Amino acid sequence: MREITYAQALREALDEEMERDPNILLLGEDIGVYGGVFKVTEGLLEKYGPDRVIETPISEAGFVGAAVGLAMTGKRPMAELMFMDFAWVASDQIFNQAAKMRYMSGGRVKVPLVIRTQQGGGRGNAAQHSQSLEAVFTHIPGLKVALPSNPYDAKGLLKTALRDDNPVVFIEHKLLYNTKGPVPVEDYTVPFGQAAIKRPGDDVTLVSLSRTVLHALEAAEAAAEEGIDVEVIDLRTTVPLDLDTIVQSLKKTNRLVVAHEAHRRLGIGAEIAALVQEHAFDYLDAPILRVAAMDIPIPYSRVLEDVALPGPQDILDAVRRVVA
Amino acid sequence: MSLKKQDLLRMYKTMLLIRRFEEQAVQFSLQGELRGSLHPCIGQEATNVGAVFALRPDDLMTCTYRGHGHCIAKGLDPREGMAELLGRETGCSKGKGGSMHWTDPAIGLLGENAIVGAGAPIAVGAALSAKLDGSDRVAITFFGDGAINQGALLEALNLAAAWQAPVIFFCENNLYSEMTPIANMIGTETLAERAEGFGIPAMIVDGYDVIEVYEKTSEAVARARAGGGPTFIEAKTYRLFGHMVGDNEPYRTREEVEEWRARDPIKTFPERLQKEFKIAKKEIEAIREEVEAEIAEIARFALESPWPKVEEIETFVFA
Repeated sequence: MREITYAQALREALDEEMERDPNILLLGEDIGVYGGVFKVTEGLLEKYGPDRVIETPISEAGFVGAAVGLAMTGKRPMAELMFMDFAWVASDQIFNQAAKMRYMSGGRVKVPLVIRTQQGGGRGNAAQHSQSLEAVFTHIPGLKVALPSNPYDAKGLLKTALRDDNPVVFIEHKLLYNTKGPVPVEDYTVPFGQAAIKRPGDDVTLVSLSRTVLHALEAAEAAAEEGIDVEVIDLRTTVPLDLDTIVQSLKKTNRLVVAHEAHRRLGIGAEIAALVQEHAFDYLDAPILRVAAMDIPIPYSRVLEDVALPGPQDILDAVRRVVA
Repeated sequence: MSLKKQDLLRMYKTMLLIRRFEEQAVQFSLQGELRGSLHPCIGQEATNVGAVFALRPDDLMTCTYRGHGHCIAKGLDPREGMAELLGRETGCSKGKGGSMHWTDPAIGLLGENAIVGAGAPIAVGAALSAKLDGSDRVAITFFGDGAINQGALLEALNLAAAWQAPVIFFCENNLYSEMTPIANMIGTETLAERAEGFGIPAMIVDGYDVIEVYEKTSEAVARARAGGGPTFIEAKTYRLFGHMVGDNEPYRTREEVEEWRARDPIKTFPERLQKEFKIAKKEIEAIREEVEAEIAEIARFALESPWPKVEEIETFVFA
């Protein structure tokens, strides 16, 4: 199969879906002539014109709100937040408007809106350009949340997002755009709520998401050399959350580590740990361990950022501890 | 003037229906039948009706938690509205939204909103949607004077100007930003001059004159329909009730309220209909009786409606 980058896979998803459905339109800062800061929307303005690739002022509350209005009137907007950190600026429109509109109206409206953004650290962007915030969106009812870790999922999940009738927060990782992987040419989607088993194993269940999946796989290879057989699960979406795949894996391994780049405190790891002890306590032979970013603003300097964010070594350490 | 006798009577009837609806809602609130906050639009009916009557049924609208008047004028079934206030299954949101979230896309209503200023960018999006469709529908967003200091409203003004969206920003300046005089919260004489800074034409109207509101709003609507872009309207109006049920109103004087009450359109408009438009008193009386009967039916419908089914509590979180 051909290999393309994560960014190319995303662009293909947008392009193919825009071709399929004329109601899909894009809004965001610098997404037209410039093609987006990570070049995901490159070429789409030329192909679809300014009525469908709408460049916006730096005005997140305004254009996310406008996207809500577009979605409520028959369009299927994709609003791009250049950095996840800017979601706070648009937070009322995301949390109070898009997420609740259908429920508050007793089902009279739907809001088919995709908010595409990218998050994560590792590039020295410091505290206002490096956050990982999936837990915040996961907490608020009414939003679906997807975080692809590879080009195949990026394309397949984005297509699912664009076909969904609900607000979807679609979270990319800034250090994944140039990663390559196999992506079929023919049309396919990746359903929400189905985790992927990236590597089968019998000793430890290692749950992860987004770029941390790459660290998890690296840690699993290192653990294998020490005779620890790790099963790596990529959540792919946090809403809906595929608890079943985790529990099935635990029945075999009886040990669980959750690794993510978001802060430890109330991260998705905390939720998974709680769910597992509610639903699968009897399968646990050891305390659940979490590997996560420290509970500090993401620092700038390389030596500090490397410590603040979890890497393969931190995950390997947790794997060793959970089987010890 | 394009308004015919029947239009004037319909305006009066709608204003009166809104007033009586809100009075009934206050009654229900005081009786404990209605939970949470209630923000009646009592005193602002002429502003609501004059503006909404300038729209077509297929035009789009967002309004605020003081939005019952706009919604009823736009065509929301007041029985569904009252049932919603009482938290019943027959309510427009099936009891899931309450007073501040009436929404009905079938009549172009894209929601009241409980967040000050939040409906403005949504209306700009709806207007852009209409423009992209090549239709001549317009959107209107109602907000109070307090919203003029919210970022979302200011961002919406700029987007509308940049996109030349067919949207009317309708500011109901009732002088108080919740319980604080708006005059203390801004550095300009008027709210309308804000819009001019965004390149949006603005006008100021007497919100207690339903005909003036209708005519000026019609001008803005015509401009938007013709591709002329957004307009900002500041209507000087006043609420004759507190910000919400329970407001003891220490921020304004009884004299000020009485001054406005003397001009209460519910009282003065029928007088004007008789004097200026030679409408017979008995026609006005007939409307009053009609509205009383309707309100009785609205209240009965709401009170006798079933409660929502608890097993459907999770329905409509997702489509």
